[in-house]
Amino acid sequence: MIQTKDLTYRYSGEETITFPDIYCDSKEILLVLGASGVGKTTLLHLLGGILRIQKGSILIDGADFKSFSDTQTDHFRGKHIGIVFQQNHFVKSLTSLENVMLAQQLAGHNTDKKRAQALLDRLNIGDKSSKYTNDLSQGEKQRVAIARALINKPKIILADELTSALDDMNCNEVLNLLQEQAHEADSALIVVTHDTRLKEKINRKIILER
Amino acid sequence: MNTVQLALKNILKNPLNLLMSTILFGLGVGLITFLLLLNDQLKDKFDKNLAGIDLVVGAKGSPLQMILCNMYHIDNPTGNIPIQYALPLLREGHPLIKMAVPLSLGDNYKSYRIVGTNHDFLGLYQGQIRSGKLWKNDLEVTIGNAVAEETGLKLGDTFESAHGLSMDDHVHEGHAFVVTGILEGTGSVLDQLILTNTASIWKVHDHEDEEHEHDEDEHHEHHDHDDAHQHDNSKADLAHHPENEITSVLIQFKNKTNFQALNFGRNINENTEMQAASPAIEINRLYNMIGIGTDVLKGLAILIATVSGLFIFILLLKSMRERRYELAIMRVLGAGRMKLFTLIITEGMILALLGYLTGMILGHAGMELVSKFLKDDFRYVFTGLHWMTEEVFILIIAVVLGLIAAFIPAIQAAKTDLNTTLSKK
Repeated sequence: MIQTKDLTYRYSGEETITFPDIYCDSKEILLVLGASGVGKTTLLHLLGGILRIQKGSILIDGADFKSFSDTQTDHFRGKHIGIVFQQNHFVKSLTSLENVMLAQQLAGHNTDKKRAQALLDRLNIGDKSSKYTNDLSQGEKQRVAIARALINKPKIILADELTSALDDMNCNEVLNLLQEQAHEADSALIVVTHDTRLKEKINRKIILER
Repeated sequence: MNTVQLALKNILKNPLNLLMSTILFGLGVGLITFLLLLNDQLKDKFDKNLAGIDLVVGAKGSPLQMILCNMYHIDNPTGNIPIQYALPLLREGHPLIKMAVPLSLGDNYKSYRIVGTNHDFLGLYQGQIRSGKLWKNDLEVTIGNAVAEETGLKLGDTFESAHGLSMDDHVHEGHAFVVTGILEGTGSVLDQLILTNTASIWKVHDHEDEEHEHDEDEHHEHHDHDDAHQHDNSKADLAHHPENEITSVLIQFKNKTNFQALNFGRNINENTEMQAASPAIEINRLYNMIGIGTDVLKGLAILIATVSGLFIFILLLKSMRERRYELAIMRVLGAGRMKLFTLIITEGMILALLGYLTGMILGHAGMELVSKFLKDDFRYVFTGLHWMTEEVFILIIAVVLGLIAAFIPAIQAAKTDLNTTLSKK
């Protein structure tokens, strides 16, 4: 589903970061582990088309990002890539449910309120659907973000530091929920983290080093 | 959820900002609308009441005052002129004059002016009788439509006049006018007048003078005279009383552009004890005088509108900065740069349109409010429910202002850099 080759990135005035080749198929989970500052977020942004590729290539379902314009990248990402950030932002004037539905609309799909609500229900925050995201706790926000990433049944789900801020119990629950939903949506799931607790829970892993 | 809905929700999320920009923008637009409404209606009133009158001849004094008094009935007379002076103007078959209508002013009833004149006066304003008949004998009056409505006077009612143009002045007792006719509404000054013959005005005032003189004999004599000779409304009748006075003569020329007609007024001013003034020129002068005031107000209104445009600009720029994360996230979710640009532009337009609507309401409501005062003061009817094509131009200007104010923030929104924005912790 997603395949990278000879990917490197260099911020101006800094050393070049070289990434190992990554491969992840649908219904698979890949853990990308690494300490702070090794370029985890850079990799995630490259995979998500947020950062333009300088060298190397990323193929997603056979499509090459490199040839896309900004707008094409935005549209492709909206349709096929779901991202859960470490720090999740929402449109403040919209409720949780509306934020999830906004993802449907911006991806060019028809909004489906029932499906959005069902997804929030599955993530155990169905009762918060009419709340504004500013009124939610961090954990609740993360679940809304997961719902938003999942709603369009993307080919790839990217999760940045999904569990770093959570205690063991919540860590397990969130990971399980995401895994389950990714599996159901036939998505490839890539979790980027420094949280070593996940090592035992996910089989396929890649370790980023300088 | 489309862009407009999202823009609306974003705006409503910040009610204080919305209120502020709406009030500011509304004030600017409202003031401009109000001024245009007032100007438009004022011009309309002045133009309608020009009634094809080319020249007003009266006592020497302020020409503008004479015009305001004798044509618009919102000022006091400059004085009176003896009929013998005016006789040359009033004679039939004058080579230049098509119509000359004598006016005698000086009294009012409940601040509606009583005008002593002949039936030609109606012709100036296309006045027509609605009920009853036109005035004929002394102390018979025909009242305008607005007078009938506001005072409740009906056919056959009698009333006593008061001196001057406002009802607080001294009441002439002893001579009661009787209403014999009511006119159709014309939308002109005619609606606010009480018409009678010239002699009735004399009668009321002669009586007054005699009371002051305490001259019983003369009093008696005059009454004999009045009773013996019933006045008709002809100019010939005026000629019988060369020693009596009228206030002015309204003149229509046969040919306005005739060289002699153009010099006619100047001749009167230079060679007689009377004064002639052209309504068109005087009213133009008045416009220019008022114009300075309205120019200042217009400038103020434009300033307010500009400041409100600037406010919307700063508002959007600020909210854009505050919302840079959500704008970035919208792009992550698939919204292209164009979509973000459109969103901010839409927000600016909505703010401008809301301001415009508020301004329209303020302007028209203000006009309606002021029209009540104007009516009490001048007896002229203004209305807030008057619509102008200029309002469409204001709408276009408001929309353009909204566009300009939103443009730079919208460009910035479209330029949002995903990586740097989202990498910030």
